[in-house]
Amino acid sequence: MTLIVFYGLAATAVTAAILVVLMSRVVYSALALIVCFGATAGLFFQLGAQFIAAVQVIVYAGAIMVLFLFVIMLLDPASEVFLPSRLKRVPVFALACAVLFTLVLLEAADRWAAAQVFTDSIAGTERSSGPGGEIETLAHSLFRDYLLPFEVTSILILVAVLGAVVLTRQHHETE
Amino acid sequence: MISATHYLTLAAILFAIGTVGVITRRNVITMFMCVELMLNAVNLTFITFSRFLDQIDGQIFVLFVMTVAAAEAAVGLALIVVLSRHTGTLDVDQANTMKW
Amino acid sequence: MVLEHFWILILFPLVGAAMNGILGRRFPHPVIAWLSCSTVALSFLVALLSFYNFIRLPEDQRILTHHLFTWIQSGNFISEFSFLLDPLSMVMILVVTGVGFLIHIYSLGYMAGQSGYYRYFAYLNLFIFMMSVLVLADNYLLMFVGWEGVGLCSYLLIGYSFEKRTAGDAAKKAFILNRIGDVGFLIGVFLIFRTFESVQYLTVFQAVSEQFAVMGTEFGVLGAITLLLFIGATGKSAQIPLYVWLPDAMEGPTPVSALIHAATMVTAGVYMIARSAPLYSRAPETLFIIAVVGISTALLAALIATVQRDIKKVLAYSTISQLGYMFLAMGVGAFGAGVFHLLTHAFFKALLFLGSGSVIMALHHEQDLFKMGGLRKYLPVTFYTMWMGALAIAGVPLFSGFFSKDAILWKTFAAGNEALWLMGVVVAGLTAFYVSRLMFLTFHGGERSEKHHQGAPDPSPKEPSWSVTLPLIILAGFSLLAGYIGLPSYLGNNRLEEFLAPSFRFQFSGQAASAMEHAHLTEVILTLVTLAVAFLGFALAYHFYIKNPQVAERLANRFPWLYSLLRRKFFLDEIYDWLIVGPVQRISRTILWKGMDVHVIDGLVHGTASLMQAWSHRVKRIQSGYARLYATWILGGALLILFYYYWISP
Repeated sequence: MTLIVFYGLAATAVTAAILVVLMSRVVYSALALIVCFGATAGLFFQLGAQFIAAVQVIVYAGAIMVLFLFVIMLLDPASEVFLPSRLKRVPVFALACAVLFTLVLLEAADRWAAAQVFTDSIAGTERSSGPGGEIETLAHSLFRDYLLPFEVTSILILVAVLGAVVLTRQHHETE
Repeated sequence: MISATHYLTLAAILFAIGTVGVITRRNVITMFMCVELMLNAVNLTFITFSRFLDQIDGQIFVLFVMTVAAAEAAVGLALIVVLSRHTGTLDVDQANTMKW
Repeated sequence: MVLEHFWILILFPLVGAAMNGILGRRFPHPVIAWLSCSTVALSFLVALLSFYNFIRLPEDQRILTHHLFTWIQSGNFISEFSFLLDPLSMVMILVVTGVGFLIHIYSLGYMAGQSGYYRYFAYLNLFIFMMSVLVLADNYLLMFVGWEGVGLCSYLLIGYSFEKRTAGDAAKKAFILNRIGDVGFLIGVFLIFRTFESVQYLTVFQAVSEQFAVMGTEFGVLGAITLLLFIGATGKSAQIPLYVWLPDAMEGPTPVSALIHAATMVTAGVYMIARSAPLYSRAPETLFIIAVVGISTALLAALIATVQRDIKKVLAYSTISQLGYMFLAMGVGAFGAGVFHLLTHAFFKALLFLGSGSVIMALHHEQDLFKMGGLRKYLPVTFYTMWMGALAIAGVPLFSGFFSKDAILWKTFAAGNEALWLMGVVVAGLTAFYVSRLMFLTFHGGERSEKHHQGAPDPSPKEPSWSVTLPLIILAGFSLLAGYIGLPSYLGNNRLEEFLAPSFRFQFSGQAASAMEHAHLTEVILTLVTLAVAFLGFALAYHFYIKNPQVAERLANRFPWLYSLLRRKFFLDEIYDWLIVGPVQRISRTILWKGMDVHVIDGLVHGTASLMQAWSHRVKRIQSGYARLYATWILGGALLILFYYYWISP
């Protein structure tokens, strides 16, 4: 059962990812990306990371992608016109690189598996977590061990927000 | 039974697809989305490791990646807006003035 | 109380030099002059006060050091900035500041109205400062600072009228020849530190008197040290083989010749050897070399001096010759006698130079002896004072030079070097000859200068102002009297030697005073011999230049090769040119310049540039400006790194 679910989600994710790359209209790409994120969220859930799965759906597929869609609507990009470019051989090279890259990662994964780094496998969604469940462990870790990085990230987000505002505002003023 | 290798393979494939997208597409927004795709693949690896090594830190890292990705999206999209206003196009190959 | 702060005397000239050097351009001439003179006068005053207090100390306390600060500290190497006042440096500092002060006064008159007035006085003050550092330093490194400093001042002052090519060349020559000697000196100091782990005089002397308590027979490290230091001395004190710069140094203003190139700086080498007496007295081989070099220089220079036409050149060679005497004294271990001659020579040679300066001024910068003559009635003060100096240098009894020169010759004889003594006597005769020749040609006989200025009415030469004559008179007094502090043993006490004794207490005392030391009769006989020879020289000069002025010419025609040999200074300048300067220039031009510089160094520089250019033309294509291409490069790089970690270095 879990294997079927995994393969279903994996197939969806890969298909959506390929669509993201291939779609000539940006909006379609964005929509395909949302689908891909959803499938990944399902995989996260299957891996026992319920909280992350929720965040993935709410923040990523929700907030960030909405931001993307807003920008797409704002700029209304025409479908990609293939202007003559000097980089005709780049896609070939990229594909070759990507295949190689995948092979490298697979080889690495195989080695890890062979070295029995991992706990053998999972049967379902159940997971041996402490009392209070997985989210409590996460919270403990986040707000105790990783408190400083957490605070730093909040500053980072603040800076990003300000940066975004400044970047887009300045242009208005000059106009 | 699903082993870690399954998830890692899937993540590798997703990452490679994202890479190809970044390199081949010329629309800035699409490139940007492909970068998100790559990040997503990395997140999947993190979660996988977290699960199979039974350590919570992987999930923490995913959270950080997501926050950084959100910040990146905010700044990046702002830059895209500025770029499109400035050059009137979203084609990265047109924005090639920073060269010798 | 004054004594503890004796070192402040070095500060006054420094202040004067700084003020004149930095602000002098804006000062009116009287301000410059008085600033300069008063600073040296203050130094002299401090020196006198120190001396007054110094001689009232008991003899065993007459070594004072004053530590200012630690100058260099590196590992176990420590060089202090501290000063030492002992009898030897006391004598030297009195000479330096005293004669220096008189020459400052003289310069007021001599330099009046010259361009670069402030520059001259700033250099002169700087010289006094540097010389004081040299003399008062309490370690070899600080002495070297003063050593180099006086060399610099000498260079600056020789090239004072630098717009004249000869002056510039002479300055460079002096500087370079001094530098050759300085290398030896410096290596000697390194060796001292290596051997004794200190450069402080007292520490070194203490160590040397312990380590070398018994006279070694072989030529050891001490021989090397002393020889290297002596090379430095030959440069500074113009001895063979490095003496050739001193005659050319006469391009400088006459007071400078008097102060730097006669009275003080050139005696620094003598002072240094006297200071290092504990080292030298344990290196008999070096002493012998010094004695031979000293007497050869004295003889050679005296011979050359007999035929020079330029009044200052005669005096320059005379200085070299007298310095040779001092080195002879050092070489036979008579350090006290050498310092004594240094002292008297400072007075009479400064006097002779200043007198010649007065003559040159009166004749509007005419320096050729054969265009002078009969100046006696125009320049009475100069005439009388200069004769005093001449008598002193010629060694006429009762004048200072007699006592000091005789002390040296007697010590030479007493040390068993009869051959050296004989040469010394010959030099004494030559000295009497050339100095009387100089005097006769200048002041006696007919006036030859009018032939030179045909037609134009020549205003009769006048005695210059008081600032010129006063130092002459004072120096004449010293030339007469200075000898009485060092009477020979058959006449009384040698006070100078007694006074200097504490400075030489680490000297090697193994050689018992020879029995000759008290052979008064021998001493008197030898003195009479010297006197006879000197009188012979005088008589010859009188015969040649007063009675029969043609004889000299006829002699010159009879022996043309001898005359030209002497006239051309034994062709030593030419030999040096041919042997050293020429090859160095040729090597520099063909190998170093055309070869090394043009091909190797320029080739490297240009090659690097063009290589970079060619490569960057190719490499810059990577910077295409296409973001996607950059991303591809990143991917490629990441791949390479992964490959490395998983396959090459797992």
